[in-house]
Amino acid sequence: MSRSARVIVGLLALTLVRTPARGQTPGADTAIRLRTPADSALEARTSAVASQLRCPVCQGLSIQDSPSELAQSMRSLVRDQLAEGKSPDQVKAYFVSKYGEWILLSPPPHGFNLLAYAVPVLIVLGGGALIALAVRRWTAGSEVPS
Amino acid sequence: MNWRRAGIAAVLVIPVVFVFSRGMKTDPREIPSPLPGNPAPGFALAVFAPGQPPLERPIGDTVRLADLKGRVVVLNFWASWCLACRDEHQGLSAVARDYTGKPVQFVGSLYQDTPGNGTAWIAEMGGQSYPSVNDPKALTAIDYGLYGVPETFFIAQDGKIARKITGPAPPAVVKHIIDSLLTTASP
Repeated sequence: MSRSARVIVGLLALTLVRTPARGQTPGADTAIRLRTPADSALEARTSAVASQLRCPVCQGLSIQDSPSELAQSMRSLVRDQLAEGKSPDQVKAYFVSKYGEWILLSPPPHGFNLLAYAVPVLIVLGGGALIALAVRRWTAGSEVPS
Repeated sequence: MNWRRAGIAAVLVIPVVFVFSRGMKTDPREIPSPLPGNPAPGFALAVFAPGQPPLERPIGDTVRLADLKGRVVVLNFWASWCLACRDEHQGLSAVARDYTGKPVQFVGSLYQDTPGNGTAWIAEMGGQSYPSVNDPKALTAIDYGLYGVPETFFIAQDGKIARKITGPAPPAVVKHIIDSLLTTASP
């Protein structure tokens, strides 16, 4: 293999080196490994689940978005559980069993939580009805008697 | 009186009052834990701070919850960077010593910290009577639904979580909980 060919192969290998995943301590994963489509799929599934879980030490952030150490540990655990073959619902159920439904950023639509879903709809409907009523009155009042 | 207006106002105000009255009863900073009453998550963690005689455990020894069945376990999560942990440290250490010879096991679990920092902190605080273990990836902390330190869990002799204290644990409360668990378990 010529020198230039070796350089090209070397550069290609460098671009394929897996970058450390979010949530890992820099330097903790020093082994060089090719990033496979399965890794990317796992990362995508991890992000999807982590985006739905609340960071316990933050204000309104998911563990996907939080830089806190606890969120990183939780995200790492989400990845491990998904890699073990658990479904996203099973992973979320694990966190709910530890922290309660509070850990879910979107509360499940049952019981008192239904208010969070119903109130905005009711407000929009009520506001629309009020506007319609007001417009009817204004238009009725502006009619010129014949 | 305009009954129609009063009715509309009532329909608008009553739900708001209901929601606020419900919210006023709860502390927004308190995260309700589903764990009390349920079996305590198992753990097997290595000792990094041995504690003092007669409660000491050798450094590197593994503390397994499964081995502590039949004892009341007081599991305290702490960190050297945690200011509130300073407030409870001496009290917890003294209470643990008071229960020497009884079926009670105190375990400290280091949270988001390094054993080096933890050991230095214990020395600075004048020692700790009971052993502390390291939880390097915070997996045990997450298993216990931890969201901050200090948090203290009381595991009854049947292996179920009986109580949880968030924030510094007052010695009198710790004693009261342990005594009630020992009394409940005795025939």
